[in-house]
Amino acid sequence: MKAFKFDWLILPLIGIAVVVLLWQISSKTWAKELPTPHKTWEASKEYVLKPFEKRGEMDQGILRFTWYSLILVAKGYAIALIVGTPIGFFLGLSKAFTKTFDPIIQVLRPVSPLAWLPLGLVLFLGAGKQASELGALFTIAICSMWPTVMNTAVGVRAVPQDYLNVAKVLKLSRWKTLTKVLIPATLPYMFTGFRLSLGIAWLVIVAAEMLTGRPGVGGFLWQEYNALLYEHIILCIITIGVVGFILDRLMSLVESRFKTA
Amino acid sequence: MSHHVDLSQLSKVYATPKGPAVIVKDFNLRIAKGEFVTLIGHSGCGKSTVLSMLAGLSDITEGVIVLAGKELVGAGPDRGVVFQSPSLLPWYTAFENVMLGVEQVFFTASAEERREIVEYYLTVVGLGESMHKRPAELSQGMRQRVGIARAFALKPKMLLLDEPFGMLDSLTRYELQGVLLKLWRENRITTLMVTHDVDEALYLSDRVVCMTDGPEAEVGDIIPVAFPRPRERQAVMDHPDYYPLRERLIEFLEIHAHKKKAAPSATPSAPAAPVAPLVEAAPAPAPRNDAMLVTA
Repeated sequence: MKAFKFDWLILPLIGIAVVVLLWQISSKTWAKELPTPHKTWEASKEYVLKPFEKRGEMDQGILRFTWYSLILVAKGYAIALIVGTPIGFFLGLSKAFTKTFDPIIQVLRPVSPLAWLPLGLVLFLGAGKQASELGALFTIAICSMWPTVMNTAVGVRAVPQDYLNVAKVLKLSRWKTLTKVLIPATLPYMFTGFRLSLGIAWLVIVAAEMLTGRPGVGGFLWQEYNALLYEHIILCIITIGVVGFILDRLMSLVESRFKTA
Repeated sequence: MSHHVDLSQLSKVYATPKGPAVIVKDFNLRIAKGEFVTLIGHSGCGKSTVLSMLAGLSDITEGVIVLAGKELVGAGPDRGVVFQSPSLLPWYTAFENVMLGVEQVFFTASAEERREIVEYYLTVVGLGESMHKRPAELSQGMRQRVGIARAFALKPKMLLLDEPFGMLDSLTRYELQGVLLKLWRENRITTLMVTHDVDEALYLSDRVVCMTDGPEAEVGDIIPVAFPRPRERQAVMDHPDYYPLRERLIEFLEIHAHKKKAAPSATPSAPAAPVAPLVEAAPAPAPRNDAMLVTA
């Protein structure tokens, strides 16, 4: 029990303390513009202690901003899964499909969200007020779907021949083979993809909000940078990190449920 | 005697970068309705290839397989297959695994009837208590029992067993051979089993088909096994013909093993010396209705 607490509580706290110390030293020495931890806390208190307050469009509690961001991520992520999973299945099942589309996928995959966003805005220029949201969704979806696509494809290719033989011998219909054999067998891989995709979707949100100026953690960060309120930048960074960490943990929990299946 | 299954001039050729590899060549075998035939041979000799062509899991390069008067095309639940690994879907219970096949075959039956079929076969193989467990909760032997139940529950025209007990310890293997024999006796399904266990072949089958080693494997010898049925293991082993038959099978396998080892050496004289007498002693491909067994 002692060792447990030491490993999981004391050591991580030491790690955090070391980083805070480095931060403190930096702000006192070479990076004079960097607010100290204490100053950051003083300036951020209001946002953290009243996390849901709305004082103005771009002046809201940090969790309220987080909530906006999460909603946008959820939408974009949902699109990514809905589009990415079937593409992964096609890639896994059909060699012709793979040969046709794999090269273009490999080219599109490394493109940064910062490059996609302007295109997204252009695509939905006709949507008027909605353009920035649609553009952001497009960017989140297209950047975050690749891990789902690739992992699903790998999972489908890795379905044991034994299971496929069972489906063949029993002459299961295509639909039954898909729902009773292929999908259950691929689920663990799919969920690994889903987890990685969620991580990327959360990464993209900041870029998307920065460039569109939407209210949210990323939008707030950019605004406060322009307003020279550097304490709030750090608050946003910590928030983004903690939320990303929690999301990843939650997905890991879901993922491990399917590992044994 | 009408032939239920007829494999004629069966060949399997794989294209490889080094040119075509002939695994099985001109394989001929006829199996009567209700007969239990065992294919025996060394690992990799192509016996599993023959079985998987029969199952429809492997394309037939040349030749024809006729089952109950119809040429076979592809796989289907009219042949119940028991694989070497139990091949159960791990996300389903034993019951659901068997039901998956039963639904395919008895699609006109009511849900109640289907449930009864599944429960009946799982009970017969001894899984009455644990039919709602998932494969992960079952022992290797119990999983293979599910595999056997799944194959019989289809009421297939033919049963194909691919070294079904190869992965089990010998005690479990004996038990499952008993289960298989009991089900086979009750249903009299024409069966082709692949094995390399000589005792298993003698205990279970009506005829043992020895395959020569690949490449270009074919039927080397067919040995009728006429022990009276129903069979008890001890009675079979005490039968005066048991050891002569066993010797004959092992001799066949040994000769082919030596042939395989001798083949790569360029000078056949030296290493072949101890093998030669064995070759001479071997009964040349015996006539099919060998009368050696009439004592039964």
